[in-house]
Amino acid sequence: MQKVNFKNIFSRVSLLLLVAMLTFSTSVFAQEGDAAAGKTLFNSNCAACHKLDKKATGPALRHVADKYDRDWLYSWIKDSQALIKSGDAKAIEVFEANNKAVMTSFPALSNADIDNILAYTSEEKPLPPAPAPGTGDGVSASGSGVSNNVILGALVFVFLLLIVMLFLVTSTLKKIAAHNGVEYAVEESRKPLWKAFVENQFLLLVSAVLLLLTAAYFMYGFFMQVGVDQGYAPVQPIHFSHRIHAGDNQVDCNYCHSSARKSKTSGIPSLNVCMNCHKNIGEVSEDVLAEGLDEHGVDYNKEIMKLYDAAGWDVSTMSYTGETKPVKWVRIHNLPDFAYFNHSQHVTVAGVACQKCHGPVEEMEIMEQFSPLTMGWCIDCHRETNVNVSGNAYYEKIHEELSKKYGVEQLTAAQMGGLECGKCHY
Amino acid sequence: MRKIGNIFIVFLALIALASCQNDLEPNYQFMPNMYAPVGYETYGEYDVEGFEGGQEAKLPVEGTVPRGFQPFDYTNSPEDIARAKSDLKNPLEYTEDNLAAGAQLYNIYCAVCHGDKGDGLGILAKREKFLGIPSYAAAGREITEGGVYHVQMYGLNTMGSYASQTNEKERWQITQHVMNLKAALEGKPLMLPKKIIDNQTPQLPVGGDATATPTELEQDNIDSH
Ligand code: HEC
Ligand code: HEC
Ligand code: HEC
Ligand code: HEC
Ligand code: HEC
Ligand code: HEC
Ligand code: HEC
Repeated sequence: MQKVNFKNIFSRVSLLLLVAMLTFSTSVFAQEGDAAAGKTLFNSNCAACHKLDKKATGPALRHVADKYDRDWLYSWIKDSQALIKSGDAKAIEVFEANNKAVMTSFPALSNADIDNILAYTSEEKPLPPAPAPGTGDGVSASGSGVSNNVILGALVFVFLLLIVMLFLVTSTLKKIAAHNGVEYAVEESRKPLWKAFVENQFLLLVSAVLLLLTAAYFMYGFFMQVGVDQGYAPVQPIHFSHRIHAGDNQVDCNYCHSSARKSKTSGIPSLNVCMNCHKNIGEVSEDVLAEGLDEHGVDYNKEIMKLYDAAGWDVSTMSYTGETKPVKWVRIHNLPDFAYFNHSQHVTVAGVACQKCHGPVEEMEIMEQFSPLTMGWCIDCHRETNVNVSGNAYYEKIHEELSKKYGVEQLTAAQMGGLECGKCHY
Repeated sequence: MRKIGNIFIVFLALIALASCQNDLEPNYQFMPNMYAPVGYETYGEYDVEGFEGGQEAKLPVEGTVPRGFQPFDYTNSPEDIARAKSDLKNPLEYTEDNLAAGAQLYNIYCAVCHGDKGDGLGILAKREKFLGIPSYAAAGREITEGGVYHVQMYGLNTMGSYASQTNEKERWQITQHVMNLKAALEGKPLMLPKKIIDNQTPQLPVGGDATATPTELEQDNIDSH
């Protein structure tokens, strides 16, 4: 009973403390502004140039409210250039320290808005999430891997030892038996099984045919997969994840592969396209980083550094150095020279989704070839897929005549001539 | 006994052949000399003098212009931004085709950041990957046709240039859509083709699917306006 009472007292005291803390902290926020509203304002107005903990175009802003007094901050944020021109020493110092970059003025922000923003910048940095359980597991897993190997080795050793001992025992037993003059019953010589088999002509024929058939089957399968690269997933110079870009962040395929809409090739984006986002995205968020390390064994931030290196982007000055290197992506999909394939014909004219041919790209951490790209694959689809004629004036007449000829409502690509050798081979 | 051994060996060989597939390497080919083209392939690497780093992909010679090229008389300076905002006007008519293409291109290139509605809440902003994206209706931003075109050409601060992914006509089509999004956000009347206004159904086209309209193929031909 005593113990229980103690516990109660403790919990009550801590509850009181908690209540006190909460009331205290809410009263503090009430004076200083609303951090949640401030976050929205910060993200839409300031985040283009300021990060909380890292220098961007402007300096890091966490705890900036402790550095200056409120009135100075009000006038700086509303019109920093005016403050600099008025000869304010602190303002000029900041301006000079940042290569005289001009900060946008925000005359539309009220003092209350600025209080909200400052309340947000004064929040403590959230602690990094507790080390993901995965990392701990990883270590122990590799530890158990070692011990597994040791156990296996020991088992093999014991096994070998047993075999050796068995041999020794039998040989000594035999010696003893021979010494004692024990005689073995001599086995009556029977016709061996294989001889009986060879002499039975029928069985021999059947099994030979069977054998030839299976061999032919395997040989056929083997020859048919020569030159087919389905599943080919080479290591790329930069670990570029379609899962993160096209999946999680829903970037449209055409954003990067922008020539698929209007040309034969789909193209791999040049680095200026990457930099449109990555000028600003210098590192991935912590949960994504942890996921990459655990599940794929890749440090995503290092991969982005490789991109910066190739594009010649200097993170410390936030500018291009002009020293660029080509990124040598390894080509995956590649038709032989004698076949012609055109992306715009399929993407723009036929309206076929990329995923129909390239598979669930938005789930691929590492890009791989999903379809076989054999002639049979092309032909099958041409036989099954209808031509997309709606709103295409070019097709009106030809569709009318061909559908009369074939007596069908909807023409397939094959009926349009998608099986003619010359369309794909030239 | 020899025969069984032989069978066994054949099977082993078959299994070995079947299992030597390795996803990190391309498969072998029947007649490699008919697979590899004689001409240079897109993005190929060749040991040819004049190919910098052996790369087939090269920058165009300085001074070359693409077909249908129109000079752009504005540079990326604060003065020219102001000049573009006041002087540069949209040469394209507001037609159904242009609006539909604009909506679709906008959804491909801009919506990740600016959001389908132009309110600055695209998926990257919602997931807090890319911050500081304004709404087109943001107070204090002077957004005009010329300004929208200029920002696509040169970018602005953290927004990059989209001139490498779109051609002139496409940029103006996007501009039309952006101006309509801005009008919709501000509750002002939309710019729509005459026919639709007569029908009294002012609605923005939605470029839902990622595939372009057939007419888009003809867009490289800029002189159509
Ligand atoms: C166009 C980019 C830009 C935007 C947008 C911007 N700033 Fe700045 N800010 C700067 C630069 C650059 C500096 C460094 C001083 C200078 O060069 O003018 C700065 C400096 C500051 C400083 C002084 C920091 C220090 O440590 O001395 C504060 C405070 C500040 N900004 C607040 C804000 C707030 C709040 C917002 C949003 C309402 C904002 N800024 C939006 C670019 C920007
Ligand atoms: C952020 C830019 C980006 C986006 C968005 C993107 N890709 Fe890619 N894609 C790349 C890059 C870079 C490569 C080359 C590296 C590689 O192969 O992983 C590539 C490679 C590919 C390849 C293999 C090319 C080859 O060598 O054969 C295919 C197929 C592909 N992408 C399809 C898609 C599809 C389908 C989508 C939409 C679901 C998509 N991509 C979205 C940038 C992008
Ligand atoms: C539309 C914006 C956008 C474009 C364009 C873009 N990225 Fe990214 N990238 C992102 C985002 C968002 C992340 C994930 C950040 C996070 O989750 O915190 C990312 C993450 C990455 C990463 C780390 C994760 C991974 O995939 O390994 C690399 C490397 C990367 N990008 C390379 C590239 C390359 C190369 C290109 C050009 C082909 C490119 N990015 C184009 C937005 C973009
Ligand atoms: C009808 C099937 C099909 C569709 C639809 C399709 N592709 Fe392809 N893709 C192919 C084939 C086949 C190749 C190999 C082309 C070659 O080697 O000439 C290829 C190659 C590629 C390549 C490698 C570079 C190149 O152009 O050779 C990329 C990147 C690519 N596709 C992206 C896309 C994207 C993005 C889409 C959607 C907009 C798409 N593909 C739609 C069949 C398709
Ligand atoms: C997902 C289904 C699909 C696959 C796979 C596919 N195609 Fe097609 N293809 C179509 C459709 C639909 C059309 C009709 C487009 C149109 O309206 O002109 C077409 C049209 C064509 C045409 C133009 C035919 C004509 O009548 O002018 C060629 C050439 C072509 N495809 C080549 C290929 C090759 C080569 C491959 C294999 C590498 C391939 N296609 C794979 C669906 C497919
Ligand atoms: C829809 C497009 C298409 C049409 C139509 C087409 N082919 Fe092909 N063909 C291909 C493709 C793609 C390949 C490459 C297959 C590969 O690399 O495995 C190919 C390969 C071949 C090959 C080489 C064998 C091989 O598999 O590598 C021969 C021979 C061939 N085609 C003959 C023909 C003849 C004859 C016709 C007319 C009856 C025809 N093709 C029509 C797309 C087509
Ligand atoms: C990677 C994210 C991103 C993408 C994609 C993007 N923008 Fe922006 N955009 C921004 C940012 C950030 C700003 C704010 C720039 C500043 O004022 O510092 C901006 C500003 C703008 C402005 C206002 C410029 C001004 O004069 O104030 C317009 C108009 C605009 N973008 C149009 C577009 C169009 C059109 C596209 C598609 C072609 C596009 N954006 C794609 C990030 C993006």
